[in-house]
Amino acid sequence: MSDSENACISEDLGGYVLVRVCGEVDLSWSQQVRDAILAALGNSGVGVELARVTYIDSSGIAALVEGFQRARSSGRRYGLIAASRQVLAVLQLARLDKVFPMFADVEAARAT
Amino acid sequence: MNVTAPLIEVEKLEAWYGRRRILNGVDFAVNPGEIRVIMGGSGSGKSTLLRHLLGLHKPRSGTVRLLGVDIARASERQMLDVRRQIGVSFQGGALLTSLSVGDNVALPLREHTNLDEATIRIMSRLKLEVVNLGGFQDLMPAQLSGGMIKRTALARAIAMDPKLLFFDEPSAGLDPVVSAELDELILRLRDALRMTIVVVTHELESAFKIADTITVLDQGDILMTGTVDAVRHSDNERIQDLLNRRPREIQVDADAYLKRLTEEAA
Repeated sequence: MSDSENACISEDLGGYVLVRVCGEVDLSWSQQVRDAILAALGNSGVGVELARVTYIDSSGIAALVEGFQRARSSGRRYGLIAASRQVLAVLQLARLDKVFPMFADVEAARAT
Repeated sequence: MNVTAPLIEVEKLEAWYGRRRILNGVDFAVNPGEIRVIMGGSGSGKSTLLRHLLGLHKPRSGTVRLLGVDIARASERQMLDVRRQIGVSFQGGALLTSLSVGDNVALPLREHTNLDEATIRIMSRLKLEVVNLGGFQDLMPAQLSGGMIKRTALARAIAMDPKLLFFDEPSAGLDPVVSAELDELILRLRDALRMTIVVVTHELESAFKIADTITVLDQGDILMTGTVDAVRHSDNERIQDLLNRRPREIQVDADAYLKRLTEEAA
């Protein structure tokens, strides 16, 4: 998957699903990201990797929030991994960087 | 549309109210990612220019292109598409008084998207957090202070993450701290959400803090468009009058004045 294309791919790491998101997450396809995150939370902890997200709007942020809320209510691990500068800027705008568990890499996220 | 093309292009725009010409062939362009401040005194034409930029008035003469669309020739569908990509924070707020704060902010999302209600709730409350009104979603507009109304209006204006945000007089009627917070927020919105922002204001301090470029309007003419430094150091006497709050000498056209006073159909 190239940096420019929009994609959301889930990888089962055994008891932990890594959802890799790439491209510009906006209203046109953020519901796919939401669906992928919620589906991954079905039976495991989830990390959402955002290193190659070049833009995210509030519908994309809403998908991340809903996933976190769902994970908390079902007692599952959840975290944002390697959030890009662009993602961080939007999270900071709403002070959500202080709300989400944030990790530098998938190993750190799985270790929690 | 070319992504580097201006999001707003105005050419030779004229506007009239009755016999009074309000804009005298204005040329104006705003590029993606830019924060443009339109400055001018009362009667300068800045509100009229804003109404044309919003597509609320069709130009009598000249063209206004918004996001590449000539608004005088646009179909209803094209205008709807343009309106989905712009947000407007009106000076008085223009909140719907029968709706709660949360429902006011969620309104554009409910009108223009098919998102599920959980996503709409999160998105609209997120915008309230951004404007420091987190948790106030159940209040009614009548319960809000002036600053809260202004911030709610801004939250609604950015509900759809617009490409282009118009902000009419963000500082008017606010205390200096809230005003400074709004200025800071405008800068952060541009940086985080890549918004292009047009602010109409007569508050010099605010204009100098947030603007990449300033357009100075006076009596229907653009005196200059330039950087903050260029405007500050302009040798244009009228601009210096504005910056130094010197009252203007109003020119009187005796014929036009008498006609306005005496003619039935003036």
